[in-house]
Amino acid sequence: MNSASSVQTQVLIIGGGVTGTALARDLALRGVDCVLVEMDDINAGASGRNHGLLHSGARYVAGDREAAVDCRSEGDILKRMAKQAIQDTGGYYVAVQGDDERYIADFPSCCARSGISARVVDVALARELEPALSPRTIAVFEVPDASIDPFRLSLESMAHAQSLGARLMRRTRVVGFEREGRQIRAVRLQSRNGGQAQRIEAAQVVNAAGAWAREVALLAGAPIEMSYSKGTLLVTHTRLAGRVVNRLRLPGNADIMMPGGTVSIVGTTSTRVDALDDIRPTTLEADLIVAEASRMLPALAAMRYVRAYAGVRPLVGATGGRDARAVSRGYALFNHEDQGLDNLATITGGKLTTCRLMAERAADLVCRRLGVTRACVTATLPLPAVPECAWTEPGHSPRAWMRTLRLKDPLLCECEMVSGSAVDAIYAALRAAGDTPTLTDIGLRSRVGKGACQGAFCALRTSAHLYQGGGFQGSRGLAEILDFVGERWRGQRAVLWGEQLAQAELMEALHCGLFGEELQDDGLPDAPGQVAAGRAQR
Amino acid sequence: MKDASCISCDVAVIGAGMAGMAAALFAAQRGLRCVQIGNGGSLLFASGLLDLLGVYPVAERRLWRSPYEALALLAREQAEHPMARLAVASIRSAFESFVTALASAGLRYAPLGEFNRKVLTSIGTVKTTFGVPRSMIAGAAALEARPPCLLVDFRGLREFSARQIVATLGERWPGLRHQRIEFPGAESAPELYAAHLARALESRLMRERTINLVKPLLGDARAVGFPAVLGLARAGEVHAAFEEALGMPVFEIPTMPTSVPGLRLLGALETAVSKLGVRRRHQASVRALVFSAGAGPATLELDGAQGGERVVARAVVLATGRFTGRGLTAYRGQVRESILGLPVHQPDSRETWHQRDFLDPSGHAINRAGLEIDSAWRPLDAAGRPAWPRLFAAGSILAHQDWMRAKCGSGLAIATAWGAVEQVARQLRRVGAG
Repeated sequence: MNSASSVQTQVLIIGGGVTGTALARDLALRGVDCVLVEMDDINAGASGRNHGLLHSGARYVAGDREAAVDCRSEGDILKRMAKQAIQDTGGYYVAVQGDDERYIADFPSCCARSGISARVVDVALARELEPALSPRTIAVFEVPDASIDPFRLSLESMAHAQSLGARLMRRTRVVGFEREGRQIRAVRLQSRNGGQAQRIEAAQVVNAAGAWAREVALLAGAPIEMSYSKGTLLVTHTRLAGRVVNRLRLPGNADIMMPGGTVSIVGTTSTRVDALDDIRPTTLEADLIVAEASRMLPALAAMRYVRAYAGVRPLVGATGGRDARAVSRGYALFNHEDQGLDNLATITGGKLTTCRLMAERAADLVCRRLGVTRACVTATLPLPAVPECAWTEPGHSPRAWMRTLRLKDPLLCECEMVSGSAVDAIYAALRAAGDTPTLTDIGLRSRVGKGACQGAFCALRTSAHLYQGGGFQGSRGLAEILDFVGERWRGQRAVLWGEQLAQAELMEALHCGLFGEELQDDGLPDAPGQVAAGRAQR
Repeated sequence: MKDASCISCDVAVIGAGMAGMAAALFAAQRGLRCVQIGNGGSLLFASGLLDLLGVYPVAERRLWRSPYEALALLAREQAEHPMARLAVASIRSAFESFVTALASAGLRYAPLGEFNRKVLTSIGTVKTTFGVPRSMIAGAAALEARPPCLLVDFRGLREFSARQIVATLGERWPGLRHQRIEFPGAESAPELYAAHLARALESRLMRERTINLVKPLLGDARAVGFPAVLGLARAGEVHAAFEEALGMPVFEIPTMPTSVPGLRLLGALETAVSKLGVRRRHQASVRALVFSAGAGPATLELDGAQGGERVVARAVVLATGRFTGRGLTAYRGQVRESILGLPVHQPDSRETWHQRDFLDPSGHAINRAGLEIDSAWRPLDAAGRPAWPRLFAAGSILAHQDWMRAKCGSGLAIATAWGAVEQVARQLRRVGAG
């Protein structure tokens, strides 16, 4: 092992989801040097594949009071500390004819026991305020739910951490641990772009790999028990309501409709899965969501859906060196000490709403081990807003574009109104961090490809723009278009009927019919005048 | 509906995409009185290139130099493919008639030969096609010989980067260069639209200003390429003026929709069918289509800007396209034909409509869904009999083809329109003039 290629740090964080990025920020704020490695990109796992719901906690009042209390207090904190990523929409809990009346009756007192405000709303008034509610609605309560943009949250947490010295390595996979006694001496990494192997020597290692935490822990020789639950969600073409609408019943399939910007997100399902590769929404799941969710919001039956996506919830088993101070069944912090390791921690499970708390708990453990005494400040120090991270918010791009109208700023994505200057800003920020930005990276950090066309047109305009600005060179753009459109396809496939199927057909007419992107060989001889091999006869 | 006007005709063509236009054209050429219903919106998505058959079999992604040889093989191996129902000679006649009619309406294509041609696209891929507009044909020649060549684009035309094409082709065309210019008079516009540029270039002054910007950039170039914006209805004149002023071959490169060559096609086809007396109801849609028993006529109730109107037709050609064209409607559980609810050949469940990968070499099963027809191009009912004796179907609504992967979109439209209209004429002759 060539130690010259090694990187040294105090803490290595594995996983760039909401918890890993919040942990990087927490540690950086305590003056701890850290490196975050992420095998794909920020929020590529469940952190970016959820409702984007900042839970009031009301969902868990009957079955999981601890989680309910955590959600309530963490929701309050995030509303103050990460304002820019949150739309305080408020939420309704709605029961329809046939729902369990005892649950409905007990709901307000259950909420009260967890300290959650649940105000009864007159059904007629609720339907006036939210006309999409079913005429068969029988009870409505208002709770302090809100909408949160998990991408903005993670991107800004990471940006803040980086500004304090933390380092981010994207598209880098952990491939091995070097152990020495009760210590992990180094972690071996491999860049997914085929770069050279790397090695990081860290005093402490935190496994924040979400659903992949089991694989990482196993690689470190400290197995944990986990199972996986796949959840699928659908994105509507238009926004259906102002507030979050939850089904007033024990948590089940498709009982949350989340308004986010110009769309609504409906889901989820819950299916046990054994493996993490190839997680994608199915047509059956899409049908189940439409059927079930339209019972509380009938318009969902005839709604146009532009996309589906699926994430995997990590469910943590009851064994394996659980930290006694883990405060909720919702998440788990493993110190791995009874497995013979003193410098590894695993933080997994949990919810988007509790990510800050999970990071705090993991950081507390790591700091105790490092002898760092500075306390967590993320509950009182607001997350700085970063302009380059604002582009994920629907409506931000059009506003920015309007302000720069007199400049020569072309719109590249017409559905979501993302302009050339927005793409340039994202590109420049990634370049500044030493990265080679791809079209997919830009998609994750903006609204490009998120509208009705699902990338069919904007992928082409954006790549033309990047070529023109010198960002893309050689024939790379074509591969990037294919990657981007292929990724969008995965999300569309389960919701291709009606109008969106016509849209997908148009996409194929363009990318295959006209441009022939699926043909690996275009039949053009390498040199002029030659006849392409094997083609002359035909 | 007392006030509704009523027009009678031999054949009503429903649809105004490539197939509907071709059907109306061929019907009128045969002397049939034709009414055509539908807007030409889908032609705006046309590239101007007329594919005949470029890839066969689709799953092997095999490209063909001779579309006619490919068609012959397809006819032997895939009898249910709509294009396999026509003799190669008929397909040749159909294409010749089609481009002759376009030429008579002012839109000229390079002479159709025996072979497919290769042209550059706006993203730098190389497309195999058959019928190439005159304004693009120098590009096919340049791509073959690859002399020093200049590609010019306009700042603000977002879908077209000449730099991208040059970079993508790379070493395969070392003498290819790119230059970006400001479109004269639009120096402060953030975005330019191809159709606006095309219209502007029909003015001699604008043309000269543009040419004057290009001249100093020519260098050693022996051909010059532009995005497809060289004129609309007077594209021939604009293109010729560019060639003359620049003193070398000039070619257009097809772009993503909405495209100027698509607008030209739409305009030329409208002119061509109107000249032949086709009555067009381009703002109308068919609200109801009712057949009388036996060999009696069909009645079409129209909705549209002109108010309720009724068309009585002795025969009907359904050329309403697929999902984008609204000829087929996909529900969550099944696909149905949109006007009559005709049965549609389709995969069993939605899970099998689409492959998991967008670019799966086999293509998506849903794209082979469509109407089944009998030997006389008549769509079948659930019992497998013609739904109505004089209802015919043409174009992409037909089952057992995947035009997007086979690169046979125009070929399918033109050939099947030819075949369907031939049967319309035969059937109407059979029942005589009245």
